Amino acid sequence: MGRFIARRLLFGVVVLFVISLAVFVLFFVVAPGDPAANFVGKSPTPEQIQQAKVRYGLDKPVPEQYLQYVGRLLHGDLGYSFRNAEPVRKTLLDRLPATASLAGGAAVVWLLMGIPIGILAATKPRSIRDRLATVFALGGLSIPPFVAGLLLLYFLYYRLSLNGLDIFPASGYVPLTQNPFEWARHLILPWFALALVTAASYSRITRGSLLEVLGEDYIRTARAKGLSERRVIYRHGLRSALTPVVTLLGIDVGTLLGGAIVTEVVFGLQGIGQNAIVAVSTGDLPVIFGTVLFAAFFIVIANILVDIAYAVLDSRVRLA
Amino acid sequence: MTAVDHAGRTVHTQQGEVLLRVDNAVKHFPIKQGIVFQKEVARVHAVDGVDLEVRSGETLGLVGETGCGKSTLARLVAGLYPMTSGSIEFDGQDISNLSRKAMRPFRRDIQMIFQDPYGSLNPRRRVGSIIGDPFDIHNVASGADRKKRVQELMEVVGLNPEHYNRFPAEFSGGQRQRIGVARALALRPKLIICDEPVSALDVSIQAQVINLLDDLQKEFGLTYIFIAHDLSVVRHVSDRVAVMYLGKIEEIADVDDLYDKPRHPYTNALLSAVPVPDPDRADTRERIILRGDVPSPVNPPDGCPFHPRCPKAQTICVDEMPPLVPAFDDPASHRKACHFPVADGEDISTSTPSIDQTSTEPKVGSTG
Amino acid sequence: MTIIAADELAEGRPPASPDSQPPAQRIEGRTPLQLAWARLRRDKVSIFCLFVIVLLVLSAVFAPVLTGWIGHGPNEQYRDIGLSPEGLPQAPNGTFWLGTDDLGRDILSRIIYGTRVSLLVGVLATALAVLVGLAVGTTSGYYGGKVDTFLSRTMDVFLSFPFLLFAISLVSVFQPSLKISIFVIAFFTWSNVGRIVRGQVLSIREKEYIEAARSLGAGDFRIMTVDVIPNLVAPLIVYSTLLIPTAIVFEATLSFLGLGVVPPTPTWGNMISESLSTYLQAPWFVFFPSLALFIATLAFNLLGDGLRDALDPRAARVLARK
Repeated sequence: MGRFIARRLLFGVVVLFVISLAVFVLFFVVAPGDPAANFVGKSPTPEQIQQAKVRYGLDKPVPEQYLQYVGRLLHGDLGYSFRNAEPVRKTLLDRLPATASLAGGAAVVWLLMGIPIGILAATKPRSIRDRLATVFALGGLSIPPFVAGLLLLYFLYYRLSLNGLDIFPASGYVPLTQNPFEWARHLILPWFALALVTAASYSRITRGSLLEVLGEDYIRTARAKGLSERRVIYRHGLRSALTPVVTLLGIDVGTLLGGAIVTEVVFGLQGIGQNAIVAVSTGDLPVIFGTVLFAAFFIVIANILVDIAYAVLDSRVRLA
Repeated sequence: MTAVDHAGRTVHTQQGEVLLRVDNAVKHFPIKQGIVFQKEVARVHAVDGVDLEVRSGETLGLVGETGCGKSTLARLVAGLYPMTSGSIEFDGQDISNLSRKAMRPFRRDIQMIFQDPYGSLNPRRRVGSIIGDPFDIHNVASGADRKKRVQELMEVVGLNPEHYNRFPAEFSGGQRQRIGVARALALRPKLIICDEPVSALDVSIQAQVINLLDDLQKEFGLTYIFIAHDLSVVRHVSDRVAVMYLGKIEEIADVDDLYDKPRHPYTNALLSAVPVPDPDRADTRERIILRGDVPSPVNPPDGCPFHPRCPKAQTICVDEMPPLVPAFDDPASHRKACHFPVADGEDISTSTPSIDQTSTEPKVGSTG
Repeated sequence: MTIIAADELAEGRPPASPDSQPPAQRIEGRTPLQLAWARLRRDKVSIFCLFVIVLLVLSAVFAPVLTGWIGHGPNEQYRDIGLSPEGLPQAPNGTFWLGTDDLGRDILSRIIYGTRVSLLVGVLATALAVLVGLAVGTTSGYYGGKVDTFLSRTMDVFLSFPFLLFAISLVSVFQPSLKISIFVIAFFTWSNVGRIVRGQVLSIREKEYIEAARSLGAGDFRIMTVDVIPNLVAPLIVYSTLLIPTAIVFEATLSFLGLGVVPPTPTWGNMISESLSTYLQAPWFVFFPSLALFIATLAFNLLGDGLRDALDPRAARVLARK
């Protein structure tokens, strides 16, 4: 097990290294124009560009630049935003609570929607129930979060408030520590907007994997022993059927921690993703690649946790 | 016998000449482990020093339990695996570890028939294209010519040539095996390796396929290596039989010699397990019950590989691998690898080994 | 007994009644794809989706003709009749069937033109991703060993990229365009295809017919193209059908964020993005482009689902066992 974790950690470091290299090459080698110009905002003076060159070591050869860049990264230095001169790391950490609240809450919503629907469908395949679940799944898969968000805003915020029912606010984020109720009230629409697609795909996966498990010999044995159908499905079937769901959950949450970009934009949540979009529109490169690396970090961590969870859940996986 | 075969080549091998000579063939499969750099931690000794000769026109039966290395040996001869060491000589030329390109001409002469009539035919391809594959690969025939030849082959093996465009799934197991035979026959090979060609078939179909192979051998002067674990089938088809155990040949002889006077205790044990149709004989016959399981080929026993289970084992069996030589006044063609061969009429079901065999029995879980 | 029925489908035996088919066809075995098509034809939902997709393709191809009939070009601004006195978009009416947008343009005409971008990006990005994924996945699974370790680790790295974020930064560096959208989407999806292909090839590689081909002297390239890839066709068709809607949504998302195809080219994502300032007063502005996106995505998703059932009778067998 220790060997296994060591191997995964090592690979995680390699992945981060590769991504940092890709980001570096993208912004400093491939990108058209003078990279230094990217560090000084739009319409800079030649002096500013020269200053930036010296400051970021852009006058040195490219490999040396990369080493310096990695060196700074290893010290946790993601650079400074030129828009407000704040350290990128601080900005990201400031924005993390909003993004984490959104991702965590949405994950709860999609699990509570997706898994039960998947179970209902799998336990009675080809019934009306199963067909309705399929409609939910394929319909949900076809509504991307930005469409779901705008529709929710139109019907549940705008139409309700026209009738004097201000139940859901249109935008904004209230920290959990400040007011838990307002926190949830502000997040409930974003949660559902973000969760719909994933809930749909989780219901599909739960159904498929549960159906497959229920066809296995050991389930037939459990049935033959005279166990109740309930016990067969929940004690014996679901345990292994949910393994792929756990795998996906880790990766999905990990990905979202790097910014639920679209949902944050639609609902005006000041999270990491929204910050990245602002950075893209203002050309704030240090923030953009700080965010990319930050997000990659979460994905790598999530992947490692998932692999470990997978090995623990599914004893068939060999830790070779 | 000199003749010209369909591909226009002159067949110069005479009946009875050595067609294939395997000399000290060894195949080890490495087991690797490691975080970054995989290092070899163990080896599966699949084939562990085999000497063998196959003469033109004969059928050599190769028997042994699952995992004894007979299929690996077949694949070494067919050039599917590189050998760890040793050499293989075919038709007078060394073909061991030839490059892919250098091996190509020999592939026309050495063909294989596989065990699984379902797995050995690509389900997505039509039968005509499967049987015509060898023509394509070796640029022998194409287009209408190829179709004509394929249909001839189908007729030869007893298939309806009109089924040229069908898929393998539309045939029964026996018919599929005929497709496999047709494919192997396409280039008029000299040697066909039959890797358990009938063990996946119903007993009633087995006879048909065996008879087909028999007829083809007579018609085309083929040489067979016939692998099986069914001893009665092997007795029926073979001229000579080799018995394998843990990657080594334990005994080799003309078929009647082997079945009438088995010298190796392992051969005796195998033969005693064959059902006998005569109930009176069956009652009087003593079955030899071997102790334990076949040891892991990852860690084969020292000396004679059979010593941990042999009823006649002595200390020398642990220390020294016996050579493959004739016993008593047997002919030179009947050779055994045993220090204490079984004499005519000897009953080994009551023998007891003089060494402690418990320590060499495989421990539970040690191979996992 | 359903099990046997499923098996018959899987093994592709021709229908049992011989007199229903002319003799020539009985000897000509039907290809697995023909059988799948026969199964698919019985699935009304899939056929309807196929019909919808054909309509979408036709409206993309004949967009100029269609908008000619409507009489409103996609980028023509009808500031006089297309906007209310307050400068707000017009609701659907006799002239503008689906209403107008904030610049007084005909939403219907723009949606029809938007089909072009969506389908083009969906199909091209998917084709590119499938080609690369197929090549890398087949190589990786077929050769195994060090090649496999390297290639599958590469795919893992690609799967670890925060793809939307990285896509956004890529687009911001290279300036948004149709080409960049296609490239970026393919760039982040090929590894998914590659993983699936690799898994399939790993199991195909162990089949005896591969060994048979090798013993006949077939080269690696021939084995891969003649014996391996034809066995991947079914899963690839299903997967491509399901990738197209993903690519369409991805493109719409990029456009929505202002990083896709540059306005004023009409794309569904652009239209939804442009609606943001006025959609509360003019809900049709966001509703119809969203509906178009929904219909296109749903049609491909449903068809993919139907194709999976038609091409992979094993799924049906799992059901039959119950």
